[in-house]
Amino acid sequence: MDKEKRKHAIEMDKQDIQERIHNFYEVALGYDEEQALAEAERCLQCPNPRCVQGCPVEVPIPDFIKLIKDKDYMAASLKIKEKNSLPAVCGRVCPQENQCQKMCVLGKMGDPISIGRLERFASDYELKKGVTVPDLESAAVTGKVAIVGSGPAGLTVAADLVKLGHEVVMFESLHLAGGVLMYGIPEFRLPKEIVQAEVNYIKKLGVDVKTNYTIGRIYTIDELFANGFDAIFVGSGAGLPRFMGIEGENLGGVYSANEFLIRVNLMKGYLFPEYDTPIRIGKKVAVIGGGNVAMDSARCSLRLGAEEVYIVYRRSREELPARAEEAENAEEEGIIFRLLNNPTKLIGDESGWVKGMECIKMELGEPDASGRRRPVPIKGSEFLMDVDTVIVAIGQTPNPLIQRTTEGLETTRYGTIIVNEETGASTKEAVYAGGDVVSGAATVISAMGAGKTAALGIHDYIQKKKGSK
Amino acid sequence: MYEIVTKKELAPNIYLIELDAADIAKKSNPGQFVIIRLDEKGERVPLTIAGVDLNKGTVSTAFHAVGRTTKKLAKMKAGDSITDLSGPLGNPAEVGKFGQVLLVGGGVWCAPLHYVAEALRKNGNKLYIAVAGRTRNDMVYENELKAVADQFFVATDDGSKGNQGLDFLADVLKAQKFDHAVVMGPVSTLKKVVELTRPYGLKTMVTLASLMVDGTGMCGACRVTVAGETKFACMDGPEFNGLDVDFDELISRQRVYLPEERMASMIYDKLEGGVKRG
Ligand SMILES: Cc1cc2nc3c(=O)[nH]c(=O)nc-3n(C[C@H](O)[C@H](O)[C@H](O)COP(=O)(O)OP(=O)(O)OC[C@H]3O[C@@H](n4cnc5c(N)ncnc54)[C@H](O)[C@@H]3O)c2cc1C
Ligand SMILES: Cc1cc2nc3c(=O)[nH]c(=O)nc-3n(C[C@H](O)[C@H](O)[C@H](O)COP(=O)(O)OP(=O)(O)OC[C@H]3O[C@@H](n4cnc5c(N)ncnc54)[C@H](O)[C@@H]3O)c2cc1C
Ligand code: SF4
Ligand code: SF4
Ligand code: FES
Repeated sequence: MDKEKRKHAIEMDKQDIQERIHNFYEVALGYDEEQALAEAERCLQCPNPRCVQGCPVEVPIPDFIKLIKDKDYMAASLKIKEKNSLPAVCGRVCPQENQCQKMCVLGKMGDPISIGRLERFASDYELKKGVTVPDLESAAVTGKVAIVGSGPAGLTVAADLVKLGHEVVMFESLHLAGGVLMYGIPEFRLPKEIVQAEVNYIKKLGVDVKTNYTIGRIYTIDELFANGFDAIFVGSGAGLPRFMGIEGENLGGVYSANEFLIRVNLMKGYLFPEYDTPIRIGKKVAVIGGGNVAMDSARCSLRLGAEEVYIVYRRSREELPARAEEAENAEEEGIIFRLLNNPTKLIGDESGWVKGMECIKMELGEPDASGRRRPVPIKGSEFLMDVDTVIVAIGQTPNPLIQRTTEGLETTRYGTIIVNEETGASTKEAVYAGGDVVSGAATVISAMGAGKTAALGIHDYIQKKKGSK
Repeated sequence: MYEIVTKKELAPNIYLIELDAADIAKKSNPGQFVIIRLDEKGERVPLTIAGVDLNKGTVSTAFHAVGRTTKKLAKMKAGDSITDLSGPLGNPAEVGKFGQVLLVGGGVWCAPLHYVAEALRKNGNKLYIAVAGRTRNDMVYENELKAVADQFFVATDDGSKGNQGLDFLADVLKAQKFDHAVVMGPVSTLKKVVELTRPYGLKTMVTLASLMVDGTGMCGACRVTVAGETKFACMDGPEFNGLDVDFDELISRQRVYLPEERMASMIYDKLEGGVKRG
């Protein structure tokens, strides 16, 4: 391949902008075979691949790309699955530009390899052909493990432990398993069919998935132990929405991003009244925040028929925490970015519905603890925005129920569970934790990485316990 | 799937169903609720637990057929099943030993109030119970509540039975010192009773039916202002001291989806010939 050609990544087709802002179908269409082969061709097959160091679960990147080159797509997918049990998900939602692709050597002189797109290609191929479930009959059952929460962390631990021969029961409080993948990330970024295929896969492996079970209410952690579980993994995520604490936040038309996204994604509010759950969207929507959650809320608003949608963020473009690709998609679709602005007050009409938002302009000062320049309000720069829907997407903290109802489970002052990073073990014997409930809101792949660690930690613990008997 | 084991009409448009859910029955306490979802397209709807039968492994709940979900449920029969049932959710009601306790129930809420009353009685409290309904035909659990009451009162909106409205409670409160009060009913009833108990500083526990989605603390749809602080009814409640509740905000937040609810209900009525609102 000539040098000049190697510099440029193969673009991925997307749904036409004017079309897609009116539907919930997937925006990024994925590579076709020809595109995938051309992109795979660019990979240098580095003997010392730096890309792998950038992946939190160390997907054998050059190896699976080689298999794509050889047109053995099924083998490519299985190769990824040796390390990553949710490749169709990660290929779509990983912030690759900060992970594997950031480290790819090709990035120095041009575009890095589009590792995520290739990962998606291989695993979509496998999903289409029908997923093969490994035969686990022979594995001897050793321990009985309860998993609390069915997000990427819980799904990973469940899959790994059942493969190691343990009996696994997964408890999920919602009516569908998948965590944020089901209730948070919208259909147009991650089709729910794909998530359910992953959930079905772990069911086929033999995991007993119990939805509608809220641990801390129906059973406490200690009651689960009394019911015969040897170990428990807590992967309950960071689902508690934060609010700004400003005047008018409880007005009608003011949603937490979680409420908004649960209504839209999990309950399919965009199909109301065919589906029963309503969602009300106004003409002018302000979404507060700059992360993936904010981008998703803004893009859903647009698709629900809002005329103007604003992202109101208190720092500048550079600091936007959202995936670059998603911020670009949002901008392309016509979302208006109001950067360096911070809301100070919400104003309601006579019926208690929001009709305006007062904001103050910000400027960037000295760097703060996170290393980012701290936004400071500019005195006297308040102004009024005309809005009739406000979605608050300024972050989530861990669901507090388990921490509140479990003695001996230590947490930080942010409510995250304290664990030993090498094993995932909490301060309470036989209780392990990982994912957003430990790290605070992070990424799918880091939750899965934590799940891998905890699965091994639990396996060791059970073997030691049973061995010493 | 969760089977409807029995179904009974308690009053026009008000039904009691018993659902097969042994795991939930074992862990339920008075004041807690379940969330039901009828089918794949269904909404998550909270209903308060009205009692359990540990031998049969069932949970019962009473509901008023007012909107799309409850009207659909009203059409279902014993033997039919609903797709999802989650619970118990929320915190149990306070049922300790207080002494003299005033209980007020309105409409469909008299059924779950009975579950609370039984527990309060078991703990040695003396119960003054008032039940309210729209008319004499709309009374729910009247006999059941009477059976656990030391003093019993009836009220109707139109005066067709017992007292007209709840104003008579002012006299009851004047004549008798209470140590605790519990009110379950529509917000208007909660607000009314709290107005009457406020002069006595009587701790008046009310169950708040704010809008809910997940019921597990993840969405904040259920947020209410209690003593000046934002609380999540599903996590911190649903029972709160009514003296501290901002009822006007609650009422305005409850009405957020009224147009959509009306539309869904109308579509349902058109398609299914739904139950007429009493
Ligand atoms: C809108 C949105 C967009 C995002 N976009 C991206 C993205 O593009 N890329 C990316 O990498 N990351 C993204 N993230 C972050 C990512 O989804 C999370 O970091 C990840 O899902 C965390 O996984 P988890 O398994 O720890 O928890 P979760 O996925 O939160 O799952 C936790 C599960 O536990 C359940 N649960 C909680 N409490 C209990 C209980 N007491 N009993 C039983 N079950 C319980 C919850 O209902 C939930 O299903 C996004 C997050 C959101 C909200
Ligand atoms: C913790 C909790 C416990 C609860 N416990 C109970 C219980 O035990 N029993 C019970 O019956 N309810 C209970 N509720 C209330 C119940 O969850 C709601 O009434 C629920 O919204 C009913 O769902 P739906 O789809 O049938 O009605 P929705 O469509 O959600 O309608 C809800 C509201 O809109 C109004 N509405 C709907 N259609 C019309 C119309 N055409 N005209 C005028 N008004 C209309 C109704 O008055 C109703 O109040 C509880 C709520 C909470 C939060
Ligand atoms: S899992 Fe994510 S970080 Fe790892 S290789 Fe795949 S896309 Fe890259
Ligand atoms: S660093 Fe880039 S070029 Fe090298 S193996 Fe990894 S993906 Fe291929
Ligand atoms: S119902 Fe969602 S937080 Fe209470």
